[in-house]
Amino acid sequence: MTGARATRRQALFGGLCLCCLPTLGRAADAFSLDEVAPGVFVRRGPDAEATAENNDAIANIGFIVGRDGVLVTESGGSLADGHWLRAEIAKRTSKPIKYVLLTHVHPDHVFGAGAFQGDAPTFVGHAALRGALDARGDFYRQRLVEILGAERTGPVVYPTLEVKEPAEIDLGDRTIRLTAHGTAHTNCDLSMLDTGSGLLFPADLLFVGRIPSLDGSLLGWLREIERLKGMGAAAAVPGHGPVRVEFAPAIADLARYLTVLRDETRAAVAAGRPIEAAVRTVAQGEKDRWSLFETYHGRNVTQAYQELEWE
Amino acid sequence: MKRLLLALSLTLSAAALAPAPVRAGATDSDEERAARWTEIKKSIFGDRTVEASETAVKIDAPARALDASLVPIGLTLADKDQVKGLYFIIDDNPSPYAARFSFGPAADPGEIKLRVRVNNYTNVHAVVETKDGRLLESAKFVKASGGCSAPMGMSDEEAMKGMGEMRMKFSGDPQGGKPVEATLMVRHPNFSGMQMNQVTRDYTPARYVDKLDVTYGDKLVFHLEGDISIASNPVINFAFVPEGKGPVTVAATDNQGGRWEHRFDVPSASN
Ligand SMILES: [Zn+2]
Repeated sequence: MTGARATRRQALFGGLCLCCLPTLGRAADAFSLDEVAPGVFVRRGPDAEATAENNDAIANIGFIVGRDGVLVTESGGSLADGHWLRAEIAKRTSKPIKYVLLTHVHPDHVFGAGAFQGDAPTFVGHAALRGALDARGDFYRQRLVEILGAERTGPVVYPTLEVKEPAEIDLGDRTIRLTAHGTAHTNCDLSMLDTGSGLLFPADLLFVGRIPSLDGSLLGWLREIERLKGMGAAAAVPGHGPVRVEFAPAIADLARYLTVLRDETRAAVAAGRPIEAAVRTVAQGEKDRWSLFETYHGRNVTQAYQELEWE
Repeated sequence: MKRLLLALSLTLSAAALAPAPVRAGATDSDEERAARWTEIKKSIFGDRTVEASETAVKIDAPARALDASLVPIGLTLADKDQVKGLYFIIDDNPSPYAARFSFGPAADPGEIKLRVRVNNYTNVHAVVETKDGRLLESAKFVKASGGCSAPMGMSDEEAMKGMGEMRMKFSGDPQGGKPVEATLMVRHPNFSGMQMNQVTRDYTPARYVDKLDVTYGDKLVFHLEGDISIASNPVINFAFVPEGKGPVTVAATDNQGGRWEHRFDVPSASN
């Protein structure tokens, strides 16, 4: 692991791509947290699918230590993953866990929440998260139980603070600015900006290295990218990818993928090319730029096609 | 889950079928699959003989679905002048009988495309009914899971938007009675009855396009009977022979009394 750690350190400060890091087979207990800014700790999720071995610990999760307490930036992909994070927090601070962010409905971002229920924090989510969890929570839970078993999966936890308009959380020495986004990656994406470090946490509105997955609106995502750019952050903690990246080039890569996806899907629709042909041809130039391309790209084209064929 | 499937099989068209056991599809043996198909055939065709024919109808489907709730299916019919009807069946779906086309005099039934949901690792079957009453089947194995129960959007309200709206795109040259290819798009959630409703915390009742007629002028192109296995916002590719005067008319109903009709002018060759 030493070599991988060194590489990650370099990437942290050099902005290098981490998608070639040999993380796929790594066991959950071998994970570690990086202090990406003073008081800000992030664990890199590997570019993998949920498996029995990895506890669905595939997203970048972590926490921010403020003067008055701790804010969990992402809860984890399972109860087991959440417990791991809970234990890591306890190793570093005895301050109370006051907030847990549920950045959107996807299982790799919300099923860790159960591990924090004992702390009775405020669970913060987008105003549309409750509805999305109602629609999908049980479905996701059953899928995850099939992989991990019920005990390691955990419950569906609902937000206790629902964000619609821009909001702020005061941790004493640092303020967290929350933004509830329009339908983009999903219909309930919540991003935050930590004024203490200047770091932007776009959650899954920013994928780096790992292919983005489209589950909301392609056109909406491109709009929200412009909004993220307007926040003026120099560095960000993406939902998937290295634990800290330079924001401008990272968001430019994502915008390029989504733009090519949009333009080539539109062209396919206009040419009367059916969906099954479009999934084989659209945005194939992006193939070598993303990990898990084969797993998710065709599905992204399917989603984009359904959205754009009605334009 | 099992209880739900039982309830569904009583209310939907494949009423006589026992529900597929949960998670059976991925591990079933060939014998079990064959037995299931025999059972399905009996419920749909009774005692009629269904002959295997790889050539009468060719199924184009992904071996592994990219998106189980939208699996594109292409059906190519060899002897199209002899075709009277076409059945499409997804053996291990909760309601396997997905679609039945009956072709009319204005049809050119050489190729049909549609989008379906696939809930499990399953055989899919296409059966052609010829004008002289023969039934010819072919099969393909598709790996997919969860296509029927997968939540569609994040809200039912969103999914119902614009219900009944339709579009039609034409390609090919509508000259001298040559076949014209058309793509019909229908806005309709086609709720499968297995998706959770966010407000009531209950399953959204099945609501799907059950009958759809496409005519050219006063001649039938096809009549379609559909079911919950058709993907939301149904899209159907077909061809017709533009003899005489148009327009193309599409009349659709759903199982909850919804009724929609739209007319489309075929672009003239002079354009
Ligand atoms: Zn996500």
